[in-house]
Amino acid sequence: MISKDKYWKINLKYLLILLSIWFLVSFGFGILFVDNLNQIKVKGFKLGFWFAQQGAIYVFVILIFVYVFLMNRLDKKFKQKN
Amino acid sequence: MDLQFWIWTAVGISFSIYIGIAIWSRASSTSEFYVAGTGVSPIANGMATAADWMSAASFISMAGLISFMGYDGSVYLMGWTGGYVLLALLLAPYLRKFGKFTVPDFIGDRYYSNIARAVAVFCALIVSFTYIAGQMRGVGVVFSRYLEVDINTGVYIGMAIVLFYAVLGGMKGITYTQVAQYCVLIFAYMLPAIFISFIMTGNLIPQIGFGLQGQDGVYLLDKLDGLHRELGFTEYTSGEKSTLDLLFMMSALMVGTAGLPHVIVRFFTVKKVSDARKSAGWALLFIAVLYTTAPAVAVFSRTNFIQTVNNKVHSNLPEWYEKWESTGLIKFDDKNKDGIVNYVSDSQLNELTVDADIMTLANPEIAQLPNWVIGIMAAGALAAALSTAAGLLLVISSSVSHDLIKRIINPSVSEKNELIAARISAFGAVLMAGYFGINPPGFVAATVALAFGLAAASFFPAIVLGIFYKRMNKEGVISGMIVGILLMLFYMTKFKFGWFGGGSESDWWFGISPEGFGTVAMMINFLISFIVSKFTKAPPANISKLVEEIRIPSQD
Repeated sequence: MISKDKYWKINLKYLLILLSIWFLVSFGFGILFVDNLNQIKVKGFKLGFWFAQQGAIYVFVILIFVYVFLMNRLDKKFKQKN
Repeated sequence: MDLQFWIWTAVGISFSIYIGIAIWSRASSTSEFYVAGTGVSPIANGMATAADWMSAASFISMAGLISFMGYDGSVYLMGWTGGYVLLALLLAPYLRKFGKFTVPDFIGDRYYSNIARAVAVFCALIVSFTYIAGQMRGVGVVFSRYLEVDINTGVYIGMAIVLFYAVLGGMKGITYTQVAQYCVLIFAYMLPAIFISFIMTGNLIPQIGFGLQGQDGVYLLDKLDGLHRELGFTEYTSGEKSTLDLLFMMSALMVGTAGLPHVIVRFFTVKKVSDARKSAGWALLFIAVLYTTAPAVAVFSRTNFIQTVNNKVHSNLPEWYEKWESTGLIKFDDKNKDGIVNYVSDSQLNELTVDADIMTLANPEIAQLPNWVIGIMAAGALAAALSTAAGLLLVISSSVSHDLIKRIINPSVSEKNELIAARISAFGAVLMAGYFGINPPGFVAATVALAFGLAAASFFPAIVLGIFYKRMNKEGVISGMIVGILLMLFYMTKFKFGWFGGGSESDWWFGISPEGFGTVAMMINFLISFIVSKFTKAPPANISKLVEEIRIPSQD
């Protein structure tokens, strides 16, 4: 039972959260904090380098599927009322 | 069996499949021609998008590019994948809800103006033509490298194939051919990568393998960093570009990806809004398979390459080296006449010039894989080039037949005639693309970056504002798009082609490269749109309603 306005506001909240994570793993971990993260090593990977060439991409895929899940749930709530 | 036999077999079989699919799925209405009748399943659309997106350059040049750039190459990996998050979250679902055929459709309707529509058509045509010239050239290069035919003959064969299924099948034919092409190209890419990973690290998964130890117990990445230091290159895992430029380049690639019309239009082909979101997820997953393998291949082949050639006697080098030397992709100039290859950073002492493409192309031979693998590689590279070319052709033909003829010049044209116009313009676009493939403009490489910059500077702000900012009006968006594109064109032509007085790296504004400038042009587009819209009339009430409509899912 949610209105059009409520639906849009919740959508915007999801966007804000997911895009912040998107920004953090790519611009943040991959570029801005890469030197700090490179101090940590997992097997042969320096962590900053790993995020830039692997980790960020995995997170991108997960983000889209999380958004799909959240929006499908929201769509259901929205349609119940109508 | 001999190599040529396997290559012709693999290419022949894959081409017959494409033609078979084209006949089976030919389009009979404009809706089928432009958007495959909106009946494509999310997974199939995801695969088609992935094939559409990954061009000959992704398949052949990506790993080499990264192997030469090391950490700095990360901006391409993150930029070309991160754009899909923007697509899935900010554009695709709403454009699908809007539910027409093209990007100029949306911009023209949302901004209630045929001027806005015409500006969008202009941008779509420029972006797509710069892109497709490179693709047709790619088809020719692949043919000539693998099949030992003339590059131009290769372009003709490629044109004939694309012509057949794009003109006959439209989006429907293209979509299902691209699904097949994705399967061919990803198989061809992964197979040698898996073999090499196993040979070098004992692990079958390349993504894990390149973080493991080699046969000598040293971590591969540590070894490569060491080799780079020894030869005077920048350490592989750390870069030399400025942080600011990396940030701007990556954001231009991300936003450009999300703004490319041939990618956006793929999301018009699914049944409903939730499918548009889902298929963006599948698309990125399918793309990520190749994009996370490429950096692993880069590390394997770079290490392999340095160890095989540096400080070795030239006449004792393995057979694959000789073969690729004869194609001119590796050049050896024995400056000190000692017969030993010196591969170092210092250009005075370096004796070896290496084309980046070899990092992918020579892989099967370096790993000593059987000939049929090379045959599949050839089919894969062609699949990558053809699928991208076809997607771009469709954007060009629909821009002409739908946006220009149907929506601007002659709205009363019948569906049957519009379909004929669509096929004729697809035909014309193939001829033109072929012309550029045979007579490539010298600036193809530079203009691919231009395509991303242009898309970032024009489409992305116009579409995002159209969805998320109801108050945005036609005056704002038209001035934003025009200023954005012109600024981008100015900066690129100034620093890439030396127009307007040219300039070198030290003249870059704020140290931002032309590749990263799309971000600046995009910001200025946003800014101008806001300012102009503040001082001009709000859009009419029916537009506000349209925007509200596209924000919510339909009731079915």
